[in-house]
Amino acid sequence: MPEVLQAPLVVEFPFTRSLGPVQSAFLTGLREGVVLGVRTGDGRTLVPPVEYDPVTAEEISDLVEVAHTGTVTTWAWNHEPRRGQPLDTPFAWVLVRLDGADTALLHALDAPGPDAVRTGMRVRIRWAVERTGAITDIACFEPYDAEPGPPAGRQPGRHTGEFQNPLTGIVAPARLDYTYSPGRAQSAYIDALATQRTVGERCPSCRKVYVPPRGACPTCGVATSEQVEVGPRGTVTTFCIVNIKAKNLDIEVPYVYAHIALDGAGLALHARIGGIPYEEVRMGLRVEPVWTQGARYPDHYRPTGEPDADYDAYKELL
Amino acid sequence: MSKEPVAVVGIGQTKHVAARRDVSIAGLVREAARRALEDAELSWADVDAVVIGKAPDFFEGVMMPELYLADALGAVGKPMLRVHTAGSVGGSTALVAANLVAARVHGTVLTLAFEKQSESNAMWGLSLPVPFQQPLLAGAGGFFAPHVRAYMRRSGAPDTVGSLVAYKDRRNALKNPCAHLHEHDITLEKVQASPMLWDPIRYSETCPSSDGACAMVLTDRAGAARAPRPPAWMLGGAMRSEPTLFAGKDFVSPQAGKDCAADVYRQAGVADPRRDIDAVEMYVPFSWYEPMWLENLGFAEAGEGWKLTESGVTELDGDLPVNMSGGVLSANPIGASGMIRFAEAALQVRGQAGEHQLERARKVLGHAYGGGSQFFSMWLVGAAPPQS
Ligand SMILES: [Zn+2]
Repeated sequence: MPEVLQAPLVVEFPFTRSLGPVQSAFLTGLREGVVLGVRTGDGRTLVPPVEYDPVTAEEISDLVEVAHTGTVTTWAWNHEPRRGQPLDTPFAWVLVRLDGADTALLHALDAPGPDAVRTGMRVRIRWAVERTGAITDIACFEPYDAEPGPPAGRQPGRHTGEFQNPLTGIVAPARLDYTYSPGRAQSAYIDALATQRTVGERCPSCRKVYVPPRGACPTCGVATSEQVEVGPRGTVTTFCIVNIKAKNLDIEVPYVYAHIALDGAGLALHARIGGIPYEEVRMGLRVEPVWTQGARYPDHYRPTGEPDADYDAYKELL
Repeated sequence: MSKEPVAVVGIGQTKHVAARRDVSIAGLVREAARRALEDAELSWADVDAVVIGKAPDFFEGVMMPELYLADALGAVGKPMLRVHTAGSVGGSTALVAANLVAARVHGTVLTLAFEKQSESNAMWGLSLPVPFQQPLLAGAGGFFAPHVRAYMRRSGAPDTVGSLVAYKDRRNALKNPCAHLHEHDITLEKVQASPMLWDPIRYSETCPSSDGACAMVLTDRAGAARAPRPPAWMLGGAMRSEPTLFAGKDFVSPQAGKDCAADVYRQAGVADPRRDIDAVEMYVPFSWYEPMWLENLGFAEAGEGWKLTESGVTELDGDLPVNMSGGVLSANPIGASGMIRFAEAALQVRGQAGEHQLERARKVLGHAYGGGSQFFSMWLVGAAPPQS
């Protein structure tokens, strides 16, 4: 049995976010070195702020400036910082209740080791050198041995939340990083493709041949294992003519994207048709694969020159 | 013990647009929820549970957004559920909420669905590159266009039918203030002259990408009795699913869609949908799906659906109006689109649809589907409460 394949898979995308009034004030504030909370109906100050009162569900927007100093309410030591985390040397994840706030903010504490961290310790913000309006404008927290007090030169209290050039949106990159395996059945299919053969698996119950095989029949719910070679020739069962260029595809438009039922297969696979003017492609056209050196899949399918297949022969395979 | 009858007493939508940069996702859902509560003349405290739906997390990249939206929807201290069935999710979400009322688990449930497509990337979310696999060779329309061609071959429909649907839906949208597209200068010639993107699908026959949310307040008999405006009564509701790809799958008229409709009709005592149902609001992301679904839902024999479209039966003043709101072709905040269909059906039987209100709307079907014809959800609502 061939080896089961696996490969790293990284998916990432920079998502945009509209902030709305409260988050806009909070993040613009960070850019200006001001930490804002929001006052709830029962008089608490939430930092970071939210748009809606967790108790009454009412819209809230009374902003309050809090201090740059605070108290650690709990913590966990991070022995091995990973990509994208606030510090690249071991640090403590901390919940910090800033002076003037009733809730705690999650961030990083720069400390020499876990022995230097304790619940109840006093800390202060270490600001990032370049600030853009993001939670990372707070580079991290650092130990700070002083009693609660107002931020230097500023009186804590109500704040309009108004700043010059307020931030209205941010970019939030998302990234997933994992190992992908197509499993036993698809690995065997890919292995056979290396010798330009298409091998599916037959369901022991309904006898349909699945290409590519999935190791199970989705309608009967039973495992499949009997290998069956299909094709190489097949029939175009339906198609469309693609006239707009996709960002990630290096194919000249127009081209034909077709469903092709390989001879012996229980369902159609999807591929490009070439070797024929696009306006001459039709349902029932008989085709065969065209391989290019070193490619895992056929580059495209081209007409075989046989007479077209009868509609009744492929109408269940559209 | 029989089920509790379920009534729709509040409906709220945002004005669907290309981009709502002025609000966060929380602000967007809040707007629809508030409008639904105002319609029902209820407050957050009157709601017993919240059921929310949206398309896959990857679209906006917010994992489990229901957690962060609890505050905005007044769900703190209450049960909150999230439903996830791809493009049909708005419909399934409403049905899960309705079942909570029908089973007498809760008296009044707020249900809501949303999508902020301007902050999302649906194409990316749906076509992540997978190692060893051949990349997809066509865009979103490229997935649907071959099925449309298969329908045309099977039914012998003339190739103008798709443009008739688009022309009708865009004109209906002009009467719906919530619709995203308001193409005041639309003509049939313009639709037919628009570029062919994925032949046989033209640009004007595709749906837009929208930001929007839709919310409904569902309640029991006692709640309906207190409602300030006429309720819509649920007469039947069902969901069905099938694999996206399997040997024998019929993309033109999927079995799960037929079974789902049959279940709804059985619950509602509908013997002949064409005779017993006054109008349909269905999920038509590409114009040709109107005749396809007319057949799938039993309003026409196989291969005959296009004749209803062509002869004007599905027009706003026709005998079986379809997509009075302008449909998905005129607004598509994906996760919300199914619920907008359900809400439009309810608006019609309540007589609250405004300029696009039908004269006769005693029983109206709301329909949603998604995931490459994998999930179906439908409900039939009526102006009168269910018999028995
Ligand atoms: Zn089987």
